[in-house]
Amino acid sequence: MKNLDSVFWAYILGWAIFFGFHLSIAKRSNDLRAEVERLKKLTFGKSREK
Amino acid sequence: MAKRVLLGAAAVLLVVGAAYMAFFVAPEERTMGVLQRIFYFHVACAWAGLTAFMICFVANLLYVWKRREKYDWLGVSCAEVGTVFTTVVLISGPIWAKPAWGIYWTWDARLTSTFILWLLYISYLLLRTLVEEPDRRALLSALFGIFAFIDVPIVFGAIRWWRTQHPAPVIMGGPNSGLAAGMRPTFYFGVIAMHIFMWFLISERYSLEKIRSDIELLRQEAEAS
Repeated sequence: MKNLDSVFWAYILGWAIFFGFHLSIAKRSNDLRAEVERLKKLTFGKSREK
Repeated sequence: MAKRVLLGAAAVLLVVGAAYMAFFVAPEERTMGVLQRIFYFHVACAWAGLTAFMICFVANLLYVWKRREKYDWLGVSCAEVGTVFTTVVLISGPIWAKPAWGIYWTWDARLTSTFILWLLYISYLLLRTLVEEPDRRALLSALFGIFAFIDVPIVFGAIRWWRTQHPAPVIMGGPNSGLAAGMRPTFYFGVIAMHIFMWFLISERYSLEKIRSDIELLRQEAEAS
């Protein structure tokens, strides 16, 4: 089938970009959640010391 | 959480369904053949990207008016998602153009205005990284977002006002335009699916901003205690 490779690449690259973007959101979200946990421990730790 | 998973599952199912319809349900176009099937993906992404920028514009206006941080979160989420959709459009377009026109790129009105739109929202996102103070960052980026939106109607009108390389519009394009009846269900299903997928990505990105705000509060608490 003529030009099927172009159709294939348009869809594959498009979905790769979307997938990569979603992965980047997931990674940033995990990093921020870890930071929340760290700050919670820090805050509660300090208030217990008092 | 369950709502987000449900929205994500629905979005993925719909876009998979849209791809299936584009390949196996829509009839083959006479002049371009199988190549025309890029249309269902390319145009749906373009419309979803423009919708994201439109929501960003409304959020920017609301921020300037009401100064509530939720509008800033919505603005940046929509700008980022709209930029991703426009990136996909700027990649899938040239892949379609090469076999159809014989060239990957030309500086015609639609292509150039879309490229400028992409650059404007990249600048919007870069601007946010340059300002440290949250309120100032939100206000400056909202004002820049309002300015950047000027290009959205130009992108929409480019193929209506000027006749250059990009094909004339088939939807909302005047008396001699229109899509073949057999192609319409696939096209509209694809557009709806891509908009739901866009909304899913915006909601995911929005939750990131929410966590960032929690961190800011916790940092203030940690400093105070």
